[in-house]
Amino acid sequence: MTGLHDASPFAEPLLRIRQLRKQYGAKVVLEAVDLDVAAHQVVCLIGASGSGKSTLLRCVDLLEEVDDGTIHLGGTELSDPALDANAARRRIGVVFQAYNLFPHLTVLDNVTLAPRRVHRRARAAAEAEALELLARFGLADKAGEYPDRLSGGQQQRAAIARALATEPELLLFDEITSALDPELVGEVLDVVADLKRRGLTILMATHEMGFARHAADQVCFLEDGVVRERGSAEQIFTEPQEPATRRFLSRVLDR
Amino acid sequence: MSEPPALSAPAQPAHRPSARQLERERFRARKRRRDRSIAIVCTLLFAAAVGTAAVLSPGWAPFRQTFLSGVEFNGSFPKILDGFWLNVQMFLIAEPLILLLGLLVALVRSTHAPGLLPLRLLAVAYVDLFRGMPTLLVVFVIGFGVPALQLQGTPSEPWVLGTIALVLSYGAYVGEVFRAGLGSVHPSQRNAARALGLTQTQTLRHVVLPQAVRNVVPPLLNDFVSLQKDTALVATLGPLEALRQAEIAADSHFNYTPYLGAALLFVAVTVPLARYTDRLAKRAGERQFAGAVR
Repeated sequence: MTGLHDASPFAEPLLRIRQLRKQYGAKVVLEAVDLDVAAHQVVCLIGASGSGKSTLLRCVDLLEEVDDGTIHLGGTELSDPALDANAARRRIGVVFQAYNLFPHLTVLDNVTLAPRRVHRRARAAAEAEALELLARFGLADKAGEYPDRLSGGQQQRAAIARALATEPELLLFDEITSALDPELVGEVLDVVADLKRRGLTILMATHEMGFARHAADQVCFLEDGVVRERGSAEQIFTEPQEPATRRFLSRVLDR
Repeated sequence: MSEPPALSAPAQPAHRPSARQLERERFRARKRRRDRSIAIVCTLLFAAAVGTAAVLSPGWAPFRQTFLSGVEFNGSFPKILDGFWLNVQMFLIAEPLILLLGLLVALVRSTHAPGLLPLRLLAVAYVDLFRGMPTLLVVFVIGFGVPALQLQGTPSEPWVLGTIALVLSYGAYVGEVFRAGLGSVHPSQRNAARALGLTQTQTLRHVVLPQAVRNVVPPLLNDFVSLQKDTALVATLGPLEALRQAEIAADSHFNYTPYLGAALLFVAVTVPLARYTDRLAKRAGERQFAGAVR
């Protein structure tokens, strides 16, 4: 797995987003977004549906062409139109809300597809590592199953294993628990907490305020495509500065 | 980036693109221009290579005389065009009948009622038989076989018999296309409709069929294109359609140029149909899979 690089607090953040703008036609969905994700940090994006969380993640994963501003991953500018998008995507792992597992492949083949085809690993080595990953996520006995035989929580854990198999520098999680039954949310969030302990760098959009509060190093509140407030989880949840943040939190926490 | 015309521009301060963004847009414009020039140069080179190979071939002079004679073309074209009108008519008459027959066959095959088993068997036999036979053979069997039976009231005009043969042959194909379309609608859609209290027929009519038809428009149009050119097979029965006219003109002067005239007419109709198919398929893709990776 990804080795722990030494985490100097003064090092440049791994992911740097500056003045990011995205619009669909005349509708502006992200405006002047600034965001940093330091190595080995977990940053949670919170905000109502349609606030631009997913679009932000899609811009980082090069699924959207940005309309202004810059995104840097390490020394690479992801928003450079001359960028080799495939090479950049190899450094980023993505987990989607709807799992997006390949239904025609077994769980093991889902996990080994990119290591074998993109990174040209030998089958035996790729499978050994994949089985280790699956075992870690409690899926050792599901390796030979097809995704539709798995519960939602198991599918999402398999999808996380698939994203991790290529040892990405940065993980993007797009509301990975939103499609799950409440009793299955915990098992997926436990996996994320485990990844945090192992020092992975994660940018995630989430509706799980409890999780954001306990697991996130930084929390970023988005409203109408604008970053309204940003800070440590502690600060955002205990003493939010902005009225918009207070309104949002009281709405989602009073349930 | 092309922006749709602003319908009612919201009152927000206009965004001023940064220097980086302007540079980025210049880069994209340059790349577009370069891509376009590469496409044009490659196409011209390819056309030049093919043209040179043809002109330099040893048989070019006689070929030009027998296949590309301007005099022969002008002399035969009006009659071929006249004949082509018959092709268009056969196509226009056959196509709606094929759609109807195909849909009927697909619906019969997708029923489950035990009492309809004989109908289902008939539909299966029909599809197996007519999809298995070369279309030309079907044209022969109907065109020569039906008149030979000497039944009262059966049509005897060759172009009518030819059209019937085309309908039977293509009906089998189109039936299978429709059946695949019905299968492509997710079962959860049926469940949702039945849960609302719609009957089986209502479910089919209002929920399943509309989605199924939308899914199969591209393959259906593909079959249309194919049918349009296969109307030439009816030439074998004798009616004076485009291919038959071209044949007559070619035989009378030992010159093949009239075939070129007929070919151009068929292409002139099928190419726009093919482009229209592409456009429909692209639009359907964009509507259903918004946000896919470019």
